[in-house]
Amino acid sequence: MGALDKGRSRLWMWLDERVGLAELEMLVRKKEVPVHRHTVWYYLGGMTLFLFLVLVATGILLLFYYRPSAEEAYESVQFLMAEVEFGWLIRSIHSWAANLMIFTLFLHLFSVLLLKAYRPPREVTWFSGIGLMAVAMGFGFTGYLLPWNELAYFATKVGTEITGVLPGVGPFLRRLLRGGDEVTGATLTRFYGIHVAVLPALATLLLGLHLFLVQKHGMSVPPRVERAGGANRRMPFFPNFLLRDLVGWLSALAVLAALAAYFPTELGQKADPFAPAPIGIKPEWYFMFMFQTLKYLPSYILGIEGEIVGVVGFGVGGLFLLLIPFLDRRTARGEPSRLFTGIGVAIILYMIALTYLGYTVSPTK
Amino acid sequence: MDGEARNPAGTRRGFLNWFLGTSAGAFLLAVLYPVGRYLIPPTVGESAAATVTLPIKPEEMRPNTGQIFKFGSRPGILVRTPAGELRAFSAVCTHLNCTVQYRPDLNHIWCACHNGHFDLTGRNIGGPPPRPLDAYVVNVRGNQIVVSKGA
Repeated sequence: MGALDKGRSRLWMWLDERVGLAELEMLVRKKEVPVHRHTVWYYLGGMTLFLFLVLVATGILLLFYYRPSAEEAYESVQFLMAEVEFGWLIRSIHSWAANLMIFTLFLHLFSVLLLKAYRPPREVTWFSGIGLMAVAMGFGFTGYLLPWNELAYFATKVGTEITGVLPGVGPFLRRLLRGGDEVTGATLTRFYGIHVAVLPALATLLLGLHLFLVQKHGMSVPPRVERAGGANRRMPFFPNFLLRDLVGWLSALAVLAALAAYFPTELGQKADPFAPAPIGIKPEWYFMFMFQTLKYLPSYILGIEGEIVGVVGFGVGGLFLLLIPFLDRRTARGEPSRLFTGIGVAIILYMIALTYLGYTVSPTK
Repeated sequence: MDGEARNPAGTRRGFLNWFLGTSAGAFLLAVLYPVGRYLIPPTVGESAAATVTLPIKPEEMRPNTGQIFKFGSRPGILVRTPAGELRAFSAVCTHLNCTVQYRPDLNHIWCACHNGHFDLTGRNIGGPPPRPLDAYVVNVRGNQIVVSKGA
């Protein structure tokens, strides 16, 4: 250690004795990233993390003006958008960053899925990642209601009704989620609490675990690259990889700023429980493939209500996604697994097709 | 450990572990039970009114139009058919709870959320809704429309 400490400032040495900076430095120096033709996918997790941090920062800023009640929520957001300086910008960045984060999260998920990075010993990293996806979707679902506008009101009505469709515990869960039998101000305060306290706590825990495991195991090299003799070279994480990460983050920030400035988030009409559902009601785009599927299901399938089949089907699909590391035995044994590559591609194509239909098929037809 | 397993008198550790475990369990229950009960929303007495007088006058309803009204805490829909008859239904779509509306261009009731169609007797005739809309009884008393739940 002595040789290393030469030339260090006294502050560094003082801190090192108390905090152990040298150990941290060793850790950072040791970290390397394999370089091969799929290295580009390694940037997506960091990009998702960056957008999450943007969401935390803008979310805290929004808290200063937002009021979580059915009487005041819409008005407080209106005030924020119209009166508060840069209020529109903060809210638009929050909303766009949320959309982009879900997008990069999906890209990250599917790249991990197709490159088979979930194989041993990274199963728990995969589970925590799926958990983070669930948390992110929960953030999106609860946050969508908070401005208390018409679209959000009916989207929440449908979304919470869907939990009620589940056999057995459904009605109880729906009541628990809504804070009553209907979507009311009680639902709004509940969603607010979940959005700003419960989910951030869960996200912090899962993210901590996820990042710890990424450090512990290092980056996964895709099986195909491994079979071809492994990565041809490795890049130090600090500063080479981190600087490349930064370029990505700055670009993301530029895209965010442009989107927020040119396409500021709209507010729409205030929610009215006694108005008909507006034409063209739709959920956030990342729920669209499920929403559109429910539209196509007939009212009865084999004597069971179509919506139950749909909702239980998506539940089973989610469980399947979670358990892929255990189901894909061939990849775990180090053999090529065409089946799971096919499944991954099929999931992606299904989501893209149904999302496309959701935005192009006329809602009145 | 071996000694303990063989000697029934040496269960002091076993007892202490049992005691600790039980206490921890009891503590957890004592925390989780109130929190669980707290999270379940209390039942608010729903308005049991089986009849409502609408703030809409019969002459305001032209043929081939519909209007949402409040029936307790839920929305209802009043329709004047193209033939001139007044009918009322629950406006809560039987699919996923959205509020339906009257479509003059189709001459029937429609839900915007998932494209559900209901005819003028409330029967589900298209799209995902699994059941007809609940029908109400409409009475016109002089200048007032009174809607009541089925007899």
